[in-house]
Amino acid sequence: MNAVRRMRLAAALLLALALAAAAAPWIAPASPSRQDLAATLAPPSRAHLLGQDKLGRDILSRVLHGGRVSLAVGLTTVTASLVIGAALGAVAGYAGGWLDDLLMRIVDVLLAFPGLLLAIALTAVLGASVRNVVLALCVIGWTGYARLARGEAHRLRRREFVEAARALGASDRRILWRHVAPLLTAPLLVQATFGMASAIVAEASLSFLGLGAQPPTASWGAMLNDGRAFVLVAPHLTIFPGLAIMLTVFTLNFLGDALRDLLDVRPPTDLWR
Amino acid sequence: MTRLALRRLALAIPTIVAAATLVFLLVHVVPGDPVDVMLGESAAPADRAALRQALGLDRPLVAQYGAFLAGLATGDLGRSVVSGEPVARLVAARIPATVELTLGALAVAIAIALPLGVLAAARPGTWIDRGAVAFALLGAAMPSFWLGPLLIIAFAIELQILPVSGRGGLAHLVLPACTLGVGMAAILTRMTRASVLECVGEDYVRTARAKGVGRVRVLARHALANALAPVITILGLQFGALLAGTVITETIFAWPGVGRLTVEGIQARDYPVLQGCILAIAAGFVLASTLADIVNAALDPRTREAR
Repeated sequence: MNAVRRMRLAAALLLALALAAAAAPWIAPASPSRQDLAATLAPPSRAHLLGQDKLGRDILSRVLHGGRVSLAVGLTTVTASLVIGAALGAVAGYAGGWLDDLLMRIVDVLLAFPGLLLAIALTAVLGASVRNVVLALCVIGWTGYARLARGEAHRLRRREFVEAARALGASDRRILWRHVAPLLTAPLLVQATFGMASAIVAEASLSFLGLGAQPPTASWGAMLNDGRAFVLVAPHLTIFPGLAIMLTVFTLNFLGDALRDLLDVRPPTDLWR
Repeated sequence: MTRLALRRLALAIPTIVAAATLVFLLVHVVPGDPVDVMLGESAAPADRAALRQALGLDRPLVAQYGAFLAGLATGDLGRSVVSGEPVARLVAARIPATVELTLGALAVAIAIALPLGVLAAARPGTWIDRGAVAFALLGAAMPSFWLGPLLIIAFAIELQILPVSGRGGLAHLVLPACTLGVGMAAILTRMTRASVLECVGEDYVRTARAKGVGRVRVLARHALANALAPVITILGLQFGALLAGTVITETIFAWPGVGRLTVEGIQARDYPVLQGCILAIAAGFVLASTLADIVNAALDPRTREAR
């Protein structure tokens, strides 16, 4: 499959997932929090396609609503991290000097931690909530974009077209915006696609540990945590939310691969030849 | 070589101190009062003052930081708020279990990724290559907190050939190690495949083939040897994800390691324990990436000269 077709396929899948999540209040067969204590842990049936959980809530509805949390956290985290990281990185890389050194030291220290561990620590200290999950993921997330933007800007600032712009009297701000920034978009876009996949996994991990979305909010990670106690008797509690995470992450990674090959950010990954 | 190893190890120390500082700042500067979190906001003022004093939180931040670093240098990480035991001892008691799990996961990852990656690169476009690619994509998308329960359902409940949880002999290690190792196996497979594919096109491989060296021997001795450097680098970098992943895997399988202790610390709001666990994991990560650097230098003289 060539990169264009892969990208279209992945984009279509992603759009379908996003639409399903966005339209959850209208297309979900039931309210995600409506309990039916007469039918706790009921397996999949005609009325409840994916079965019911420990409080008799409809799992399909909760998976659909959980998608809203996952995608919202993913999108917010990536947007905020990207804007902050890319701006700091591009300015530091272009300017060089002490600003550049300082920024890179901060990035190095943050990257000395496994990201998920820092997020666990931060949410544990800040308190469990979706807002704090986004905050914690941003604290770590911006570093990747900063490092990428810094590297590219640093490389570009000695190129002839930048020198030429400067010789023509363009200000640094203009050069950054008009000549450097446009060249950063492709690599940043690719990184953001993968970043969104990792943000979604990280949110689910934190929710799985009880540090993310709090009950009764439906979140894929929290649903998996709920299902853990019933793995023996009701595996459907575990299977479907996990499938949703996997499908979403797979789609984003697939899109990222296609975009990378398409935009020629790095040599093609050669995965689909 | 020894000098380089010592230099890399010496460089790891400031990184660990920086990481420790970050953990310290996390607990002390982040908005929100740890005492509030530990006791609840409705606690009696006298209790709060007592805990504050016991934790040294009533002293100026700089003094607290000094005491923290001094304690760190002597291996004193404070005492658990819940049990009163020294944190260093609590964490140390859990380290063997986590090392066992991590090494098990590493073994799983390498045992899957190296042969699969090399085979895929040796026969591009065939079913084995497609299989390897599919595994790399699916494995990378599979969260451990899903894979773990699925493995439990399949092997512990349906087939009943492996224990559900806990730590014991080798049988207990299989499911947790697979749960933790598959994600890394996926990344490594991809890396190995790409790296070997690149080397197969090199002149020295053609020379070796022209000399009459067999396909398998060229792959193993020439292509893989040169393809290994990026693989080891990734191994070192991904080791951190592996260590952080123990928090989740150990929770799923009730594995008595540092990761499980981290979650226990969070649930009991035992900040000194939480701080000690995170420090131990971060230190493990720094040491692992340092080790990857040293191994790379030992295997490849070119990286040695570059430094």
